[in-house]
Amino acid sequence: MSQTADVRLPSLLTAATPQRMIALVVVLAIALFGIPAILSTFWMKIMFEMAAYSLVTLGLGLLVGRVGIYSLCQIPLVAAGAWFSLRVHFLFDESVPFPILLLITGVLTGVLGIIIGLPALRLSGLYLALVTLMAAGAITLLLVSVKFPNGGGGFWGFDTRSASGFNSVPRPGIATGDIAFYRYTVVVVALMFLLAAWHIAGKPGRAWASLRQAEVTAISAGVNTTLYKLWAFALSAAIAGVAGGIIAAGNGVTTNQFPVEQSILLLAVVLLGGAYSLWGAIVAAFFLRVFPQLLDKQLGLPVELLTVLFGVGVLFTLMLQPKGVVQDLTNLGRLIGVKTGMIKPPVAPVVASAAVETAPVAEQVPS
Amino acid sequence: MISISSLTVRFGGVVPIDDLNLTLDVGVNGLIGPNGAGKTTFFNVLTGFVKPVQGTVTAFGDDLLAMPHFRRIRWGLRRTFQTEQAVAELTVLENVLTVLEHSGGAKSSRRRDVVDAVEFVGLGDSLQRPVGALGAAERRLVEVARAVVGSPRLVLLDEPAAGLPDEETAALAQVIKEIPARTGALTILVDHDMALVNETCAHVAVLDFGHIIASGPTADVLNDARVMAAYLGEDIDV
Ligand SMILES: Nc1ncnc2c1ncn2[C@@H]1O[C@H](COP(=O)(O)OP(=O)(O)OP(=O)(O)O)[C@@H](O)[C@H]1O
Ligand SMILES: [Mg+2]
Repeated sequence: MSQTADVRLPSLLTAATPQRMIALVVVLAIALFGIPAILSTFWMKIMFEMAAYSLVTLGLGLLVGRVGIYSLCQIPLVAAGAWFSLRVHFLFDESVPFPILLLITGVLTGVLGIIIGLPALRLSGLYLALVTLMAAGAITLLLVSVKFPNGGGGFWGFDTRSASGFNSVPRPGIATGDIAFYRYTVVVVALMFLLAAWHIAGKPGRAWASLRQAEVTAISAGVNTTLYKLWAFALSAAIAGVAGGIIAAGNGVTTNQFPVEQSILLLAVVLLGGAYSLWGAIVAAFFLRVFPQLLDKQLGLPVELLTVLFGVGVLFTLMLQPKGVVQDLTNLGRLIGVKTGMIKPPVAPVVASAAVETAPVAEQVPS
Repeated sequence: MISISSLTVRFGGVVPIDDLNLTLDVGVNGLIGPNGAGKTTFFNVLTGFVKPVQGTVTAFGDDLLAMPHFRRIRWGLRRTFQTEQAVAELTVLENVLTVLEHSGGAKSSRRRDVVDAVEFVGLGDSLQRPVGALGAAERRLVEVARAVVGSPRLVLLDEPAAGLPDEETAALAQVIKEIPARTGALTILVDHDMALVNETCAHVAVLDFGHIIASGPTADVLNDARVMAAYLGEDIDV
């Protein structure tokens, strides 16, 4: 029958369409070479933060956009990642190579993510979000009690000489300068995005899509819902943890750098940027780290205005463009492409199906 | 063969399944009964969404109720829903693949198995289309493809023809009739459309207020006076 003979099963390879590959290469080239060539030292620091925080938004975007879980614990997980990287660094007498350190940090934060995900096996929607917020408070309290980010020798070590509430992990030897470490971060970010894309295009991604539509849909497809929910929490947390490790090496971390409330702002920018697309995470990171600086430095407006602007932004996103700003940008790019003859107009209208809203499990009595 | 004995479900004061006893053989079996008779609840027990207060279900020698729900799918249980549940944001291919890969189908034949199941329901030309873009009848067929892919042993279809126009119901009937021959699965069809039940089922059981009030060859059961009485006041479209 017809087109079925040469059909391939979906995977990261079939997802890697020429357009996507070109977009990836262009964005990487701009990030690695374009941006460092034109921006000042101050703005490069901001770009580093945007790169690191695109991991944080990626992690939350996975939970929200793919699995339909709203978590308010992402920022404390970044802090936990920074803490784990510091502790492991001191535990092994400052001898762990940076990539290995990031890997260990990711795994440890992933395990912490599983613990935070446990309530998701019973709760969903708003109740779950509230519980994750409490977990966020608990992590923050624990970090305070271990005097984060202070550290001396050994896992629990406390260094009286550096009780100043600041600490950092040394950068890797190949990337000690600011620009070099920014580039290093971009590469790590690219790898994490690939890891996420690989999940989404594969078996976990389909399990999550089923879960997001309805728990009963996933169950009747044979999805081990416990496993895949916790897996999503683990992956999301691991990515946030890696971001924490990167930040600990990039700028160092201070005691009050990761306030619990920031998780709420984070959720807002993730929705605003677009949780249903991986690129949305980058747009979200732009809103989180670059936009406030633009307001402050370029326009001289108070940063407090930000919360209001994001609130309005989320409202408009939910009403007009559930796929977020990234979809507006995609449409704009497509329009420019079609107008300039660079791409062919689409044959059939693209189906908007990402905004399939699902009711909390409690309301999903199978029928 | 599936045999259900002394099955009882209680929701507070409501007893939608009340000491139900039933034995069915491989083939397409109809399960009919008025609204609220407990048909969907019966399926929910088999799928693991609802825990009975007593009773046993033995399917092909295995104790179904002892397995966690995802194991039942691996064992060969499949179902469709009264409110259709194919995953809207995934393509037809991905929908069917999801069930196959999570029910432990052999990796080497996955591509072939998925395509076969999709072609079996007649959606070969829509493999790569997102389910959200399909019409109601096609989405029902995607659910059927999800139910027959791999090695199903027990296929539960909950009102697959609800809301479909006659021609599409007729096409669906042809697919349903083929399920046992294609897969060897014991199929249970719940539907209010008596023409569809008559067309597809060799055997029919009638559920009324949680009890089986008749079970036997389709023609006999549909002519039974008690069945008509149970349906009194109901729309019967024979
Ligand atoms: N989760 C539940 N909690 C409480 N009562 C329920 C629940 N599910 C079903 N019921 C009740 O159990 C009875 C049987 O419902 P069920 O959905 O099994 O009927 P049905 O035979 O499938 O009906 P229909 O033909 O309308 O689909 C009804 O009285 C219904 O209200
Ligand atoms: Mg029903």
